[in-house]
Amino acid sequence: MKVLRPIIAVIALIVAGGVLGMSQGTQMLVGVILPSIAFLVFIVGIIRKVVDWSKSPVPFKIPTTCGQAKSLSFIKEDRFDCPNSKSDVIVRMILEIFLFRSLFRNTNAGVKSGDLPKLHYGPSLWLWLFGIMFHYTFLVIVLRHLRLFTEPVLPGIGLLEYFDGFVQVGAPVLYQSDLIFMGAITALFIRRLIMPQIRYISLDTDYFPLLLIFSIGATGMLMRHYFRVDVTGIKELTMGIVTLNWTNPGTIHPIFFIHVTLVSTLMIYFPFSKLTHAAGIFFSPTRNMANDSRATRHINPWNDPNIKPHSYADYEDEFRQFMVDADIPVEKELPPAPAAEKKEEVTE
Amino acid sequence: MAIPKVEELRHAVANEPNLFTGAIPKKDWQDSFTEFKEGNFAYPAKPEMVEYHKFPNPRIWSPTDDDWKLPDGWEDIILQGLKERLGKFRSLKVFMDICVRCGACADKCHFFLGTGDPKNMPVLRAELLRSVYRNEFSVGRKILSKMQGNRPMTVKVLKEWFMYAYQCTECRRCSVFCPYGIDTAEVTMMLRELLHLVGVGINWILEPAANSNRTGNHMGLQPHTFKENIGYLVDDIKDITGVDVHPTFNRKGAEILFITPSADVFAEPGIYTAMGYLLLFEHIGLDYTFSTYASEGGNFGLFTSNEMMKKLNAKMYAEAKRLGVKWILGGECGHMWRVLHQYMDTMNGPADFLEVPKSPITGTVFDNAKSTKMVHISEFTADLIKHNKLKLDPQRNAHRVPTFHDSCNPARAMGLMDEPRYILDHVVPKWYEMNENCIREKTYCCGSGTGLNTGEIMELRMRAGLPRANAVQDVNQRFGVNCLANVCAIDRATLTALMEYWLPPTGDDPMATTDVPVAGISELVGNALIMDGEIENRDQGLRFEELVTAETEG
Repeated sequence: MKVLRPIIAVIALIVAGGVLGMSQGTQMLVGVILPSIAFLVFIVGIIRKVVDWSKSPVPFKIPTTCGQAKSLSFIKEDRFDCPNSKSDVIVRMILEIFLFRSLFRNTNAGVKSGDLPKLHYGPSLWLWLFGIMFHYTFLVIVLRHLRLFTEPVLPGIGLLEYFDGFVQVGAPVLYQSDLIFMGAITALFIRRLIMPQIRYISLDTDYFPLLLIFSIGATGMLMRHYFRVDVTGIKELTMGIVTLNWTNPGTIHPIFFIHVTLVSTLMIYFPFSKLTHAAGIFFSPTRNMANDSRATRHINPWNDPNIKPHSYADYEDEFRQFMVDADIPVEKELPPAPAAEKKEEVTE
Repeated sequence: MAIPKVEELRHAVANEPNLFTGAIPKKDWQDSFTEFKEGNFAYPAKPEMVEYHKFPNPRIWSPTDDDWKLPDGWEDIILQGLKERLGKFRSLKVFMDICVRCGACADKCHFFLGTGDPKNMPVLRAELLRSVYRNEFSVGRKILSKMQGNRPMTVKVLKEWFMYAYQCTECRRCSVFCPYGIDTAEVTMMLRELLHLVGVGINWILEPAANSNRTGNHMGLQPHTFKENIGYLVDDIKDITGVDVHPTFNRKGAEILFITPSADVFAEPGIYTAMGYLLLFEHIGLDYTFSTYASEGGNFGLFTSNEMMKKLNAKMYAEAKRLGVKWILGGECGHMWRVLHQYMDTMNGPADFLEVPKSPITGTVFDNAKSTKMVHISEFTADLIKHNKLKLDPQRNAHRVPTFHDSCNPARAMGLMDEPRYILDHVVPKWYEMNENCIREKTYCCGSGTGLNTGEIMELRMRAGLPRANAVQDVNQRFGVNCLANVCAIDRATLTALMEYWLPPTGDDPMATTDVPVAGISELVGNALIMDGEIENRDQGLRFEELVTAETEG
């Protein structure tokens, strides 16, 4: 069971965070030093990954065209699925990044048996829906957390919190983003477990981030709604991290340290895993290039000028007699008659 | 290799237990390996072909052997080769890193739909390489090895690469659906390049590549034979229409060099497409020439390595320069146009000795090809029709009810979708689209592209072509579609086999081999053209078939 190891790993992290978070002595380690290091690893790791990708050139212009290209004036061009210019590419990328355009195309294929096998296709938007719910609510949650790392609190955060808690349920209010986030991540996890094809391709490293992020969400919600942790103390601690003025108020419930351990793990794990898709999508040559390769020459930095075709001269040398006999123009005339011995055979 | 009867395969594809039909394999994919059996692999390259290309390790071997006679230190050769390619191709590096295995691509591959083999899901095809990549290059590979599904480079893995790199036609359908645009074609290309480093390749690719290099075309037609073959088509045109057409060869000073896949001048039903070109060019009085030296539009290098692609493609510009033409016109072909559109200018440009293509008939300037100076025949023809430069009688195609098959590369690597449709609108009375999930950017491969249209893997090809055949069958039953139109020479060969297998003839014509024969768009154009000086009441089509005239209809 590929899902077992990740479950054990996440439980181990929770236990470790809890144990270290229980005593004042180690709270500093897990609540302040660990996340500081994790944040650095995250930033440096991502930068290194991006630099590493950038080091490899893009030798050929290989966009995947998903619509009609710009061609004749009377043929309607599909600008954003088959971009012809930089600005069209930008729109295509925005559609990909903000609306998951390609995933929105998803279909589900099946086969019906009978006298004739019949393939059928239906729209399959669950993955798109869960994906988009998960990513957007993750963004909202990260932004809300900026309250803890800015003083005065960044403008707009309050407004975001207001709208996020718009339904005004519970005290402290329940954020809609939290609920959607937990629902989406659960759905993504269950999907991996129950769909045969997806289950078969899933690795430990596919379950692990889902479980980790789920646990982060769960501990976060527990802190807010069940343990009612000391928010003022937390802010003191988090501002201490930001200002490099490390403090531990000593009033914070251990659940907070579990939460921080998990978040730190995520940050450390991120740059070395598939989670780099967040940055990688910007580098995907099938999406971020214009389909104008016949109009504008793309340069390959390692193009080898020494690769030459089998030359026409050699070709004619081999076939001159046949060409002359067939009235095909030649560059060089045949040698004078006596030596006319041809060895090649006509093969077909 | 005997291929199962169509009734058996019909039953099998829907009922045999596999991951597509809903059965989950018991073993993890990392630990299960498919056995090579006669029929599930294309024959290895003959030693003389490997030698011809100066590729390493020429020898006689078979995939069914335990010992593939790999060179000493082959693991290092492969891993070094992988490292070098990671440094040369950003696509490879990014695609190795960012797949989240969401599974959106899983049921988009025609090979998966037809075989149910888990490793034909694009995600797993790529994982075959990724598992090795992670094992060698990823951070934390030592501790996470098991969790990441890493695998060392072993003979078993190499054999698996060979199997599945040649069960992918680089059609790019998966990349349409991937949220990050991961293109399995890139992965397959890399796998094939790596395999060539240790002398593992297939003959059906390396031999045509050798022919293309030496004789100018993959069929190995020598110059006089190439000319002679077109001569036969000229004779047939004379018999059918009464018109003399005047192709020229290797003629210096022609305005346009015309290059088409050599299959068009050699084999049915491609020759009818070629007859269409000949009629069209005569109709408009085009000043053009064929070349026997650059007599292949297709490029088997695309299926081999980027170096080979460049070498074979370089003939086109070299010949255009030698003949002093103004620009190049290209015939109907799928992968040929991938090379021309996405690679040629980069590899062998700049073509500064040519002029920006301009139609001598309509004056239209093809700005979309202003750098490569090469125009697609469908673009050229659509423009002629738009400007009313062709005298067309669509009724001459009244015996045909076509549907249009988008070829993978024009659709997904070029965006040429509506030009052929525009032409169809004007050359046939009526035609129908297939299911929307099977056309345009979502089109299905014929199942035999990228050098896989070889006889020894016929069952695989028929399975891989199933989604296409299914969609054709659907419009055949609903609308009486009886013609599969396309703009690809490989399609003309492979779809014909596919239609003959999946849609055998049901009518009473003893000559018919299928209910839905395959035709190039240019054949339909040529057949509809009203030529100056043609015989009165022409009653035969380009295949010598009887035309349904108004009289016989009424």
